[in-house]
Amino acid sequence: MRDSSYQTEALIAQDIDAYLLQHQHKSLLRFITCGSVDDGKSTLIGRLLYDSKMIFEDQLAALEADSKRVGTQGQNIDFALLVDGLAAEREQGITIDVAYRFFATEKRKFIVADTPGHEQYTRNMVTGASTADLAVILIDARKGVLTQTRRHSYLAHLIGIKNLVLAVNKMDLIAYDQEKYDSIVADYRKFAASIGIENFTPMPISGFMGDNITSHSANMAWYAGPTLMAHLETVELDVSADQLKPFRMPVQWVNRPNLDFRGFSGLIASGVVRPGDAVRVLASGKTSAITRIVTQAGDLPEAVAGQSVTLCFADEIDCSRGDVITEADAPVQVADQFEATVVWMGEEALLPGRPYWLKLGTQTVTATLQAPKYQVNVNTLEHMAAKTLELNAIGVVTLATDRPIAFEPYAQNHALGGFIVIDKITNATIAAGMLHFALRRAQNVHWQALDITREMHATLKNQKAAVLWFTGLSGAGKSTIANLVEKKLARMNRHTFLLDGDNIRHGLNKDLGFTDADRVENIRRVGEVAKLMADAGLIVITAFISPFRAERSMVREMMAPGEFFEVHIDTPLIEAETRDVKGLYKKARAGNLKNFTGIDSPYEPPAAPEIHIDTTRMSAEQAAAQIVEALLGEGI
Amino acid sequence: MSQTATAISAQPRALTHLQRLEAEGIHIMREVVAQAEKPVMLYSVGKDSAVMLHLARKAFYPSPPPFPLLHVDTTWKFKAMYEMRDRMARESGMELLVYQNPEAKARGINPFDHGGLHTDMWKTEGLKQALDKYGFDAAFGGARRDEEKSRAKERIFSFRSANHRWDPKNQRPELWNLYNARKSKGESIRVFPISNWTELDIWQYIHLENIPIVPLYFAAKRPTVERDGMLLMVDDERFRLRDGEVPEQRSIRFRTLGCYPLTGAVESTAGTLPEVIQEMLLTTTSERQGRAIDHDQAASMEKKKQEGYF
Repeated sequence: MRDSSYQTEALIAQDIDAYLLQHQHKSLLRFITCGSVDDGKSTLIGRLLYDSKMIFEDQLAALEADSKRVGTQGQNIDFALLVDGLAAEREQGITIDVAYRFFATEKRKFIVADTPGHEQYTRNMVTGASTADLAVILIDARKGVLTQTRRHSYLAHLIGIKNLVLAVNKMDLIAYDQEKYDSIVADYRKFAASIGIENFTPMPISGFMGDNITSHSANMAWYAGPTLMAHLETVELDVSADQLKPFRMPVQWVNRPNLDFRGFSGLIASGVVRPGDAVRVLASGKTSAITRIVTQAGDLPEAVAGQSVTLCFADEIDCSRGDVITEADAPVQVADQFEATVVWMGEEALLPGRPYWLKLGTQTVTATLQAPKYQVNVNTLEHMAAKTLELNAIGVVTLATDRPIAFEPYAQNHALGGFIVIDKITNATIAAGMLHFALRRAQNVHWQALDITREMHATLKNQKAAVLWFTGLSGAGKSTIANLVEKKLARMNRHTFLLDGDNIRHGLNKDLGFTDADRVENIRRVGEVAKLMADAGLIVITAFISPFRAERSMVREMMAPGEFFEVHIDTPLIEAETRDVKGLYKKARAGNLKNFTGIDSPYEPPAAPEIHIDTTRMSAEQAAAQIVEALLGEGI
Repeated sequence: MSQTATAISAQPRALTHLQRLEAEGIHIMREVVAQAEKPVMLYSVGKDSAVMLHLARKAFYPSPPPFPLLHVDTTWKFKAMYEMRDRMARESGMELLVYQNPEAKARGINPFDHGGLHTDMWKTEGLKQALDKYGFDAAFGGARRDEEKSRAKERIFSFRSANHRWDPKNQRPELWNLYNARKSKGESIRVFPISNWTELDIWQYIHLENIPIVPLYFAAKRPTVERDGMLLMVDDERFRLRDGEVPEQRSIRFRTLGCYPLTGAVESTAGTLPEVIQEMLLTTTSERQGRAIDHDQAASMEKKKQEGYF
């Protein structure tokens, strides 16, 4: 390798144009390195950068100085210091995040994701793996196959990486012992087969000493396979395979500079497209034909997977961000219920039933996940029963979206089967997932169109339908005020119905308890019932603690715009506890009542309720009057 | 279509690494425009900005890029940079916003008297003020992961708190090419569409696509003085010569451009792009060495980023 880098240097010096031409045609390999803490990942990457001459003299000088100051290799160069970027990590001596490194050889350009081995940072490894063509699984030769090795191999396989390298590192520390190496490889082979990994390439290396990295090691004459670098340079890429699949392009943005031009911009996920091709737009199913593939450098005769383009249609059909343009005769599926594998990445565990954002391709929809069918124990690969998924847990779940989305199974198309889950309140990315298939029940249940519309129901009653959603602590006065509001409305000939928390729990929801998950389901059901009643033209009043913002916003989204009124009955905890009409606070304080809102379960007050009632400043009667007045102001 | 698939299966078209990087950059820009309320492109007139602007024009063609260019000016850039800036704004048909920190202006902050304060007030503070003033919620920046260690770990969509701070321990995972652009009130995003490009990629792309760049990147005879181990160009009469310093004509060029009194030149005869690339490949010092900002301590860039420097 050093020799070939000198040849490269000679070419650069003698014929820069020839070099540029060669470099221009290089392909790109993205790979990840993964292993346990102290397996030597950073050292290995530092070594690859060093051996491919990606380290400049000034960096080398700084590296030598740093090595002596904080290095762990005595007076030798500590390659890990090249890679461990953030100051906090440098002090701890471990890599804690995904870092991307770049180097090139004569044959290829490489982007390497350095991914952490520390247990709580599994999400970072999945992140790095999601864009990788190849994974290098590092093993410390002294330790053999560890729990982390299994976990990382399973994850790489789950994410769909086909090229796996098993790098048995630190061979220098076991005296380059072939027998030990063979037994580690045999151990790994057994494990790999058990999870469906068909192929992997094992190699004995030492990142620290440079054995079998860029040149064959004299210390291991018994090893006849390729060096790590030679393998990385020649392994076959699967990026071209995407071009062989049917054409799919998720629409990112509609380009409309003037009335004469309408183009659909996106990154082609798979296949090939040419002017004249018949296409279908999903979810609508409308068809048209491609007239132009527009780029700034002129129209293209064809475009392939991996290119960002702008397409024009022959017909003015509806098409916007989130739609997927496909081959007319080979469209993708459209569904709203799925089975998927989910890797949980949030600090807060999965709450079954809670509405989250789901982003798949360019589609963003509301989705709810059910309790996992099972969780995968990545050490034993056993399926374990689970009620939720905690940070770094992997499980199989069914999920439902609030409207049908265009998709393909992840195994067929990563771009249309991979998704992220986003918390609606914090906006954090809390999970990644891979769709397996659509559930049959989603395909067979259709909406029945009704002739008497919801508007007609309300008009017959001479009113506008509305949902008054009371929220507040236990004992805040929700039921009392709601009752007064209903009486006032009844006197005004309004058709109303009051759904009360305690009453509903005696019937419809008597199977539910007070865990977070049950509270979410409780509110979902009440929301659906309120929606049916609003459809019937009623003014619905609900009185539930409904402590979580996410669920209240879920109910809000179920209703027609302008129909939902969040009413915050705002009573401070100390006041509600002093009143303690039902004696519940006393029980909760005594530890006899678990998951009690305000005591050992949180209440998230509304940020911007339509109506805010401060019960410390008015009577229940005054509060009811204020609410009715507000409704009349809205024409209810 | 099935015929097409068969024809192609004979020979899939391998995209080169530059084609893949270009497609990625365009994809990122379109995601931002589709999801952000008020995006802006930070334009610093350097070669990375040149590539970023070029990608933006491709991404939205035939529309002009649907966001303005923002130049956070220090008043101390090279003359040739101001000329290039105005020319590119004209040619792209984009609105150019120039922001100068009024406090730095009033106090006469300059690189000769104020050292680190100069960068801090004109650039770091100036950037924060400009973003606040116009209410931009997403700003494109031309940072690359190969430039510096803390940048290697930064996401492509990088969130800033209401006071513009970066929290490296609390970054969102970025999977596949799915970017979560949802932000809480007051938060803003810095987006780096050329994160995965190296210095060589940038130069090669400029070469292949014929992208206009500031002539200072090419060697020419220019008036210079040597000071504290750096070759500085005397770009205008504000340059304060020390006793005994006499500007000398040297054939120089710049590998990176910033405030002229803070930007070191290299002696060179590279007058064409291939020659510049050749020199870069054979050289043994890394790119940012010419900028004074990184030198203080190894973790200085990370610290600056946390404080709001781009």
